[in-house]
Amino acid sequence: MKADLSPRMRTALYGLMCVLLIPFVFPTWWMVTSSIKPISDIFAFPPQLIPQSYDWTTYSKVFELQPFVRQYWNSAYIAALVTVGTMIVSSMAGYAFARIKFPYANTIFMIVLLGLLIPSEVTIVPLFQMFLKAGMVNTHWPLILVPIFGAPSVFATFVMRQFFVTLPAELEDAARVDGLGRFKIFRKIALPLARPALASVAIFTFLHSWNLFLEPIVFLSSAEMFTLPQALTQYTDAYGGPMWNIQLAAATLTALPVLIVFVIAQKHFVEGLAHTGLKG
Amino acid sequence: MAVAQENAYPEGRSLSPFWTIARRDSLAGFLFIAPQLIGIIAFVLIPLGLVFWYSLHEWNVLANTFTYTGAQNYLMLIEDESLVEVLGATAIFSAGLVVMNMSLALLLAVLLNQKLAGIAIFRTLFFSPVVVSLVAWTIVWGFLLQKNGGINGMLLMVGIEGPNWLREETTAMISVIVVQVFKNVGLNMILFLAALQGVPKELYEAARIDGAPAFKQFRRITLPLISPTILLTSIITIVGSLQVFAQIAVLTQGGPGLSTTVLVYYLYQQAFQFHFFGYGSTLSIMLFAIVAVLTFAQWQMRKRIVFYES
Repeated sequence: MKADLSPRMRTALYGLMCVLLIPFVFPTWWMVTSSIKPISDIFAFPPQLIPQSYDWTTYSKVFELQPFVRQYWNSAYIAALVTVGTMIVSSMAGYAFARIKFPYANTIFMIVLLGLLIPSEVTIVPLFQMFLKAGMVNTHWPLILVPIFGAPSVFATFVMRQFFVTLPAELEDAARVDGLGRFKIFRKIALPLARPALASVAIFTFLHSWNLFLEPIVFLSSAEMFTLPQALTQYTDAYGGPMWNIQLAAATLTALPVLIVFVIAQKHFVEGLAHTGLKG
Repeated sequence: MAVAQENAYPEGRSLSPFWTIARRDSLAGFLFIAPQLIGIIAFVLIPLGLVFWYSLHEWNVLANTFTYTGAQNYLMLIEDESLVEVLGATAIFSAGLVVMNMSLALLLAVLLNQKLAGIAIFRTLFFSPVVVSLVAWTIVWGFLLQKNGGINGMLLMVGIEGPNWLREETTAMISVIVVQVFKNVGLNMILFLAALQGVPKELYEAARIDGAPAFKQFRRITLPLISPTILLTSIITIVGSLQVFAQIAVLTQGGPGLSTTVLVYYLYQQAFQFHFFGYGSTLSIMLFAIVAVLTFAQWQMRKRIVFYES
């Protein structure tokens, strides 16, 4: 954007960015360090930026008070299923909207896009009633089916369509001359090329499912069925106040693995999302 | 018949007169979109119809009655004194969030667009809250914002006695906005950064030769050229701000009073805590109308604001 910066400007920019970083980085640091402090130290004054003594028993309490392993598994398998399911449903739909001529394609595309306008919060009351009638309340089905097929997958379909539109037509023409059917063209030619778009779909679908909060608290009622976000808020004392050290330990266990995966794969994360936006 | 010809398709030329390429494509197209379309019908369109239907009824879950009352729930919207406060809180929350999010995202994107060593590390760190579990992020902020929590502890070290952030109306609203901004600003930042990198460098060189100061370059070149991204992100951010629920539920439960009760939280309370499913549905329709009007308005504005579209 600009020619080389002067050394003074450089220092100023680094300084500004370091100050701006505090609210982005410090909470995570505070979460991890406070979770290993003894309870008497977590509200200590002056605040202990680095723990002076450690208490690891907090972590065993996380598992004693709730079926935390089970809840972890619930969140993980739901997020995995939703991610894979959304990738399949939206890459197929996105491909068809971009590359196949079929009657009413535009009308149907507009109907599907309506899903972007209707956040799941709008339809939560009837969805609850529908799943209640189907006997699926306090099961994971609503948290799996609605994101894969309903409104949350529409954005993914839109991203996939925007990607498939940019593929050169010659690729497919050659395959057709070779006698490949539509599904084979999709699977053998289009889909492998769509890896960057699929990666960004996978990332935001996973995060969306991993973070769901309203739906679990509406649909789930027993501790073994809870997902992580819901479980974290359940570590409360007899008066309903949060048991801070235990909540922070459980929050650390929830946040850290995803954070580590992100740091390892951050190039794909950030660039994948950037491409999504550019073409949007 | 059809099956036999499906097998014959690899030969390509030996198609029956009926299964032309166009017909095959139509069938394939419908099959490809079927899962998504059926999903939208089952989980979006039917529920939308139902929510409207429910909104015309008084629904007593305990007595198990469901009576048609026409527009009565909609009249209740006008008489509901809490709703005025709720809509006010929603407007302040959304406006504050969008303004803070967009300007911070733009500032960070401009900073990250500079040629500096190690800039990728800063990018990673600014983005990192996006991948931190939402409720975990909210819990640690709730912990920091306690009266004797980390933020007030640090303020006290420089001699300032901080407020009880989550228990006073103004600071509670500021807190929920700020927590949400830092959580998600990284997304918009990355979208802006990608847009900035797409601005042709020759334009800046030409402007510099003409002696245009940096601020003018930003206003006259950068902003117009990234305006499509600004429009897109502002739509996503506004619609997203109307869906914020977990942060409110964890940090303030809508309080103190109704000061942070945004529309989604109020809807949840009416429907799932007080079991007013009819009135809850009416509030859902209202939320839908607000989202639709805002999206439509912004889409209309693109003609005036957006400089060009790629």
